[in-house]
Amino acid sequence: MSLLKKITSSEGFSKAMGSITAIIIGLLLGLIVLIFANPSNAFDGFITILAGGFTGGGRGVGQVLYFSTPLILTGLSVGFAFRTGMFNIGGAGQFVMGAVSAIFIGVYVTSIPAPFHWILALIVAGIVGGIWGFVPGMLKALFNVHEVISTIMMNYIGMYLCNFIVKKWLYNSLKNISVDVESTAVLPRAGLDKIFVTMHGNYADASTINIGIIVAIGIAIFMYFVLEKTTFGYELKAVGFNKNASKFAGMNEKRNIMLSMTIAGALSGIGGGLLFLSGPTGRHLQVVDVLAMEGFNGISVALLGLSSPIGIIFSAIFISYLAQGGTYLQTYNYMPEAINIIVAVIIYFSAFSLMFRQLLPKLKKRSIERRELKKAASQESGGEK
Amino acid sequence: MEYVIEMLNIRKEFPGIVANDDVNLQLKKGEIHALLGENGAGKSTLMSVLFGMYQPEKGIIKKNGMEIKIKDPKEANKLGIGMVHQHFKLVENFTALQNIILGVEDTKNGFLKMEDARKRVIELSKKYGLMIKPDENIEDITVGMQQRVEILKMLYRENEILIFDEPTAVLTPQEIEELMSIMKKLVKEGKSILFITHKLNEIKAVADRCTVLRKGKGIGTVDVKPTTKEVLSEMMVGRKVDLAVNKGTAKPGKTIFEVNNLSVISKRSKKKVVNDVSFKVKEGEIVCIAGIDGNGQSELVYALTGMGPYHDGKIILNNEDVTDSSIRHRNIAGMAHIPEDRHKDGLVLDYKLSQNLVLKKYFKEDFQNRGVINFANVDKYAEKLTEMYDVRSGQGITTLTRSMSGGNQQKAIVAREIEENPEILIAVQPTRGLDVGAIEYIHRQLVNQRDEGRAILLISLELDEVMNLSDRILVIYEGQIVAELDPNKTNVQELGLYMAGSKKSEGVS
Repeated sequence: MSLLKKITSSEGFSKAMGSITAIIIGLLLGLIVLIFANPSNAFDGFITILAGGFTGGGRGVGQVLYFSTPLILTGLSVGFAFRTGMFNIGGAGQFVMGAVSAIFIGVYVTSIPAPFHWILALIVAGIVGGIWGFVPGMLKALFNVHEVISTIMMNYIGMYLCNFIVKKWLYNSLKNISVDVESTAVLPRAGLDKIFVTMHGNYADASTINIGIIVAIGIAIFMYFVLEKTTFGYELKAVGFNKNASKFAGMNEKRNIMLSMTIAGALSGIGGGLLFLSGPTGRHLQVVDVLAMEGFNGISVALLGLSSPIGIIFSAIFISYLAQGGTYLQTYNYMPEAINIIVAVIIYFSAFSLMFRQLLPKLKKRSIERRELKKAASQESGGEK
Repeated sequence: MEYVIEMLNIRKEFPGIVANDDVNLQLKKGEIHALLGENGAGKSTLMSVLFGMYQPEKGIIKKNGMEIKIKDPKEANKLGIGMVHQHFKLVENFTALQNIILGVEDTKNGFLKMEDARKRVIELSKKYGLMIKPDENIEDITVGMQQRVEILKMLYRENEILIFDEPTAVLTPQEIEELMSIMKKLVKEGKSILFITHKLNEIKAVADRCTVLRKGKGIGTVDVKPTTKEVLSEMMVGRKVDLAVNKGTAKPGKTIFEVNNLSVISKRSKKKVVNDVSFKVKEGEIVCIAGIDGNGQSELVYALTGMGPYHDGKIILNNEDVTDSSIRHRNIAGMAHIPEDRHKDGLVLDYKLSQNLVLKKYFKEDFQNRGVINFANVDKYAEKLTEMYDVRSGQGITTLTRSMSGGNQQKAIVAREIEENPEILIAVQPTRGLDVGAIEYIHRQLVNQRDEGRAILLISLELDEVMNLSDRILVIYEGQIVAELDPNKTNVQELGLYMAGSKKSEGVS
């Protein structure tokens, strides 16, 4: 009992409760959407969403992890910038620029052996993504241009530039997508595809999972270390909390803003590299005029994970899990659009997690007060009799 | 006995603290009733309850013996309760007249009937001796006149009970005297006044009775005349307080800090807000820059510490020209700074106390190794400081700084800055908004630092502080140093005249 109390009264618990409440409300609203779209299958469909990636067996879980990889990185990108007081909406641009640079290295740099080839591709993805973050950071630090505006602009520059590069140098005109990278640039599977597999008789339906997820989790832990344990993280957080006081303390707040945005951009860029260095069966860049979803989902991931690198690992996997569950909804005659709406509703409510976090203690207090009031009233009336 | 307002057994809680605990306050008709207490004693909370901004958890409010409920300030106004807030609630670019009628405008077919309002305002201002210029914009008139506009606002709404929240904090001594006579006139005309303050002199000067609060509890109500200041301060603090600062004569040594012809041009008004200021501070002395708020002190300090721009001039610290140095360089060269606004500049409120105590030291060898913070050393150092400087907080050094009281936040800053072992300590209003106990403590620390041979530059608006602490006084008025005074050879009145710009001495360097 006392242990339970200790857990429930801890700060981390109250933080997590906010996120969990948001998720539950989001799910219930999702159910309403399901009922509207197709009443007869609503509950079966809802259970499918809840079952998420598990519906597809081993392969499903593998796919959840594979698609959570870029979300962890874009989530870290938004969360890291947020901790330092910046709102990075530029995940989409940084992400595709990282992706296209990684593919470019994967296709055109040929004479390097396996681990070094994909490592180089990831590093270049980070650098180019970093440039996409540095520009808004510099504009903010030196000219006080609001980063929300400049990162959105960088998204479009990135998207069209990416389309241009794919069409000019990396085009698979048959499928209107980017060409496959060299096998040396493909992230190794390291046996993970043997674990996350669904057997259909003798046919092994393997997932596209690779060591990307391990790299992503490693980077998240590293970012946690940087933020919480180093003087650099101490400075960045101080600038995020109170720019004036950081300046007062002699920190170079302009340099910190630029660095923070560069790192945020690099994280998204690496996310792009990790998703697209995945061989013929994995994802390819499509030539479409649409901003990369992963960039924006990073915002929800960061919010749901309360901008903590460790929280972001879990929230990214969770959102990927829901999205994966959504793909199985099609078996219940749901339009893919309905699935996207439901996932969006849940993500939307995740943004309110902060609000719920503040609301919950208030509600709790009010209910206690009401109970006391009732008690007092009943005692009073009892006394009169 | 007839009371216009009675607040009985008021209890008001905020998360974690009880701001008012079973407090009683009874206001007689036609009296000036002082409400005395340290910061955080619950004075403002109690008045906010009366003004309808908070709802009390327990207790009742009576007006003329009838129980009333005050839901919001609008209703308080209807009941005849008005308030002059510490920070005036005026629209800067409206005229005085527009501000007075704001919210209770008389209209005819949707057009303002300004002429009637003007007549009434002029009538009122004559009746109570509240001289104002009705057609000047608020931003162009003096603080004293702004306050009179606030008082007229209450009178225009025919308020009978007037609450003054620390009204003298922003005024010069002359303006304070004027305000006191206005207050006396108001009660003579049948108004009743509640006067919030923590200055004992003012209570002795005008108040009839005084209610004392301490830590949210009502300590008692006394008649002011037969009660000495010492008794009042003891009631307020709960122990005997040494009101005067004990300090020996200064033994100034060599010059540590030198400012030559420093000017700062305001970005907004393009005027020189700091105009050709020069002075020196020697080791072992406290030099005070006195002046009324807004005469260029903030800009001067920002230029000195590197936080803000300067236009012209030179700043020399220990024979080194630091005019264009970075803030970090100045800090390392021996400049410490207790900032004017502890929340804006002094602290990262969302950091733990320990993190704030190393805000200027985290990069030093003791606290980090190749960029990785040595938390054990940070905590040890923070423990040492909180003990040495008696910084109190709920959960020790892991307390979130935001949740600490203002006095302890300020103590933490003072501890941090003094432990920088500075050559010069620039202290800007170091006791602003603090209670007597904390003020006493910080004053003692500053004098100790002086006696250890540090140079101290004090910027203060509080005349008592200026007179008690400084070894030399420089008076700043509209960005210029208009006088250099010896505290032993001047008095508050003379100082006030210089501060108000009505007196200038020649040949000040």
